[in-house]
Amino acid sequence: MPSTALRTDPDAPLIEAHDVSLSFGGREVLQHVDLSLRSGDIITLIGPNGAGKTSLLRILLGLQVPTSGSVARRPGLRIGYMPQRVAIDPVLPLTVRRFLGLGGRYGRAQLIAALEESGVPHLLDQPVQSVSGGEMQRVLLARALLREPDLLVLDEPAQGVDVTGQGEVFRLIAQLRDRHGCGVLMVSHELHLVMAAADSVLCLNRHVCCTGRPEAVSRHPEYLRLFGPMDTRGLAVYTHHHDHHHAPDGSAIYDDPDKTPCDECVHGDRREEAR
Amino acid sequence: MDDFLLRALAGGIAVALVAGPLGSFVVWRRMAYFGDTLAHSALMGVALGFLLGISHNLTVIVVCLALALLLVGLQRQRRLATDTLLGILAHSALSLGLVAIAFLHDVRVDLVAYLFGDILAVTQTDLYWIYGGAICVLAVLALIWRPLLSITVHEELARVEGVPVTLVTLVFMLLIALVIAVAMKVVGILLITSLMIIPAAAARRLAATPEQMAALAGAIGCIAVAGGLWGSLRWDTPAGPSIVVAAMLLFLLVYALPRSVAKQG
Repeated sequence: MPSTALRTDPDAPLIEAHDVSLSFGGREVLQHVDLSLRSGDIITLIGPNGAGKTSLLRILLGLQVPTSGSVARRPGLRIGYMPQRVAIDPVLPLTVRRFLGLGGRYGRAQLIAALEESGVPHLLDQPVQSVSGGEMQRVLLARALLREPDLLVLDEPAQGVDVTGQGEVFRLIAQLRDRHGCGVLMVSHELHLVMAAADSVLCLNRHVCCTGRPEAVSRHPEYLRLFGPMDTRGLAVYTHHHDHHHAPDGSAIYDDPDKTPCDECVHGDRREEAR
Repeated sequence: MDDFLLRALAGGIAVALVAGPLGSFVVWRRMAYFGDTLAHSALMGVALGFLLGISHNLTVIVVCLALALLLVGLQRQRRLATDTLLGILAHSALSLGLVAIAFLHDVRVDLVAYLFGDILAVTQTDLYWIYGGAICVLAVLALIWRPLLSITVHEELARVEGVPVTLVTLVFMLLIALVIAVAMKVVGILLITSLMIIPAAAARRLAATPEQMAALAGAIGCIAVAGGLWGSLRWDTPAGPSIVVAAMLLFLLVYALPRSVAKQG
């Protein structure tokens, strides 16, 4: 693909969301979310279930139209997308080779190179239904890489991968960023590992709770307790100042009762107001 | 061999050759009941053809396509499950067709021929329609093969990768409508989907790639047509249902084959 003039400006964001809100049937899923991602960035979306992480990803990918707000992409932006779960019905006879070929026309050498990069070159001629969940994640990563993406979008890349494999997946993603210089946007639940690979973390709970860089100081000993000293190479734990916690319905409860929401962190919970 | 038999065989083979590959997609996309619903609406198309005094083939295509679009629109409502919607539309469409035809006092309509096919009455003109339609469908299917396969495997991934999902899906529905229009004469409205699904399902056990499955489905369909016609002559049974019975027997035969013959692919 020929490079466009716009590509010569490395500082221009690859993709930008501006004041994006989304509601389904009166229920607000996302409230005034801003996000900007540049080449070489790794941004990870974290947050509880129902926080709108996948919805935000879908809006950025153009799969979902936001209720309000806008998304700007750099012209000619090529996205490599790795969806959360791909289950292919056994009634469709499909090898990994053919699966990879669905994304474009590639030679055998290219296919093998992409599978080698994601660590599963031996799967090339296997039926796609016979590969395990963890292997499938790597096959999906290979399909995304074949597109030579400017932006890699990963929805829970370590899902279905065992705990040791998860560390590997995140290291692989960081390596790919270094090698290809692409931007990476991902959703993950594996907080303890996310921190090792991400440059920037965006904590979402319908609104943007906070964004920040992972730091070396552990403020979440429960993750270490849960997962032990397992993969601590390059591990950093994200710390940020939270001035509030959340009620079960997602509305904000401030630690300091006198404090009101700041502009960047608006907790406009409509259901709360309706009561 | 008599002329009418040759015409029946020629028409049936053409229909089987298209129904196989298209039916493979119907099976892969789990659209069996969807196809059935569209086929059921074909009778409304026939009635409309009588009303307007134009070719049934055209009106059947138009009605099937309109119903397909209606279904896609209704599915977006998310109030009623898809199978409920299909159940409502399939039977309403068939009943509406039957009622509409009952209102046509001037014409005598051989309902059984429309419902179960009348392959032995295939005329030279029918053959032109069947072959024209079959060639069109196969050519367009070849054109949209890769994007359609990509959508079938994962629609959102295909969309992100730049596949025009809506356009390709619409073209696919148009192809199903076309096949229903041309296959109606051979196996009838009630049995059309069987000619798409049974050969494709049988082919699955022998195929290692999507293309092999599509081609084998076409071949198995042809054998079913020939076998069904032969059986129909031999035992004086209705031709359309005999073809479906032959397809079913082939399906059973394939699944009775030893495991070593089957492909895992």
